[in-house]
Amino acid sequence: MSTVATSQIKLTPEHARPRASVRSRLQDALPKIVLAPSFAITIVFVYGFILWTIYLSFTNSKTFPSYVITGSRAYQRLWGWTFDTDPPSSWYTSITNMGIFGFLYIFICLALGLFLAILLDQKIRGEGVLRPIYLYPMALSFIVTGVAWKWFLDPGLGLEQTLHQWGWTSFHFDWIKNKDFVIYTVVIAGVWQASGFIMAMFLAGLRGIDGEIMKAAQIDGATTFQLYRRIVIPLLRPIFLSAFIVLAHLAIKSYDLVVALTSGGPGGSAWLPSNFMYEYTFKRNEMAVGSASAVIMLMTIVAIIVPYLYSELREKPQ
Amino acid sequence: MSAVATPVRQTAGGVNVKTINRIVIYGLLALFALFYLMPLFVMLVTSFKTMEEIQNGNMLALPQAPTFEPWIKAWSEVCSGLTCVGMKGYFWNSIKMVVPAVIISTLLGALNGYVLTKWRFRGATLVFGLMLFACFIPFQSVLLPMATILGSLGRFGVKLQNATGFTFGFGNPTVNLVFVHVVYGIGFTTLFFRNYYEAFPNELVKAAQIDGASFFQIFRRIMLPNSLPIIVVTVIYQFTNIWNDFLFASAYAGSGDVMPMTVALNNVVNTSTGVVEYNVNMAAAMIAALPTLLVYVLAGRYFVRGLMAGAVKG
Repeated sequence: MSTVATSQIKLTPEHARPRASVRSRLQDALPKIVLAPSFAITIVFVYGFILWTIYLSFTNSKTFPSYVITGSRAYQRLWGWTFDTDPPSSWYTSITNMGIFGFLYIFICLALGLFLAILLDQKIRGEGVLRPIYLYPMALSFIVTGVAWKWFLDPGLGLEQTLHQWGWTSFHFDWIKNKDFVIYTVVIAGVWQASGFIMAMFLAGLRGIDGEIMKAAQIDGATTFQLYRRIVIPLLRPIFLSAFIVLAHLAIKSYDLVVALTSGGPGGSAWLPSNFMYEYTFKRNEMAVGSASAVIMLMTIVAIIVPYLYSELREKPQ
Repeated sequence: MSAVATPVRQTAGGVNVKTINRIVIYGLLALFALFYLMPLFVMLVTSFKTMEEIQNGNMLALPQAPTFEPWIKAWSEVCSGLTCVGMKGYFWNSIKMVVPAVIISTLLGALNGYVLTKWRFRGATLVFGLMLFACFIPFQSVLLPMATILGSLGRFGVKLQNATGFTFGFGNPTVNLVFVHVVYGIGFTTLFFRNYYEAFPNELVKAAQIDGASFFQIFRRIMLPNSLPIIVVTVIYQFTNIWNDFLFASAYAGSGDVMPMTVALNNVVNTSTGVVEYNVNMAAAMIAALPTLLVYVLAGRYFVRGLMAGAVKG
């Protein structure tokens, strides 16, 4: 690709002249000039702002930003709260929830997505109807998803009430109001929203597998189960990686769903780090602590994304 | 590999294993279809019921006397906090935010993708890598500095207003949100167009160059007319993301009559004054969901492709 570009420039007649005119030099620089604003915006508003946030996390900013560096007190407080379990600190709750939510959300979405994709790949009549049904939740906002599930899981109105009316009066399901279980309702709603999309990713992967390999394995007498376990699923490895990246990134960013579904849960028991950051920065006037928690979130994402992006961009020889 | 033929085996009783397999597979698929449809179904039927029916009836039952009252109320009367003017104003706020943000970010993405693939220069991959990483950052890490900057832009707007009588959009929450969504959207739009143009034949660009076509002429006459699929993908992706955004909206336009739809909906649902009218809440949620659902129904194929382009390398 780069060789083509260089030869393009050589072909440009003006370039061959000994003294390039201002106009032609401008022409040569034009692509960079066009790209420059976007790049500058990214540098300032992404990387500059990240540095700014890191800076704020080392000050003692409260309601308003302060620019006097006062050391790592915000991080020390977060570190202290990490082990503050009785009663659990908000930070402890947030990171524990992140662990529970992150693990279950990613694991269930992957498992369910793969399962549905394999089922749909069995020459199903009506696939064209089923696929969009599994996938539409991805088009909804977290807020709408949260509102719908809040209603559905409400003990007095939703599922519990319905089953009582149908005669199963001992049925009890109040997770959404229970501080120990509320995070699992976030998992349910999150899985409902994203699993169809993961299914679509796996389905695309399955359709890309060479049919000959499958036929060969079948002739060798492999059962369907063996076929999938030994051949198909190993071939889907790149999809697992992409899906994992998408889900991990969605999980760490999840903020809206917790707000809409649980309003933070009883006593903030459904908080994720993103909710912690928002509350401490904008509502509790602990800007430095909020910034420190944002930095920790960012570091987590960096640890996951940077190796991935690096390998993606390096792999293609240009 | 669409054809994974299930091996046919007859059991002793003569029952075809394959038939049982098919029944199980279709049963499971139908069950999951119910799981995905249930919340939408409940939302939809509830929004057409009267409050009386909701309190006494079954959540899953169809409305006995369907009424549009909740929808009308949600559109023009429902209370968000203390103001009761319905969702219509917030709906337009969202439209006014989404349309310019989508157009600007898509256009910039197209230009960036064009430069990054057809006018490569040293360091282009690094530039792209830096822009790509910006797609993945948790927005919490830029939320506060952006709030500070938007605050000072607002003060600048007030000064301008005093001096000239116009704010020129400085400090206007909708303008702010358009700006924010463009800034944090160009990473994605650039990614889409870059991957698409990568596969676009260089020979065409080269031939046009020999014929004396300029940078912008090539873009306008050759690239753009051949970009319809990726434009559709990008527009849908950006539209859905920006319409559904809650974090930026609540941080920079979180109260008053400037709220976008998502924030307003959240406020409506959490407004606890008086009797909670679930049917109206559900109608409001449906109104908030309709534009993106409509896009999904009309152009589902492109919608999926956009989501995938962000995940799988193109």
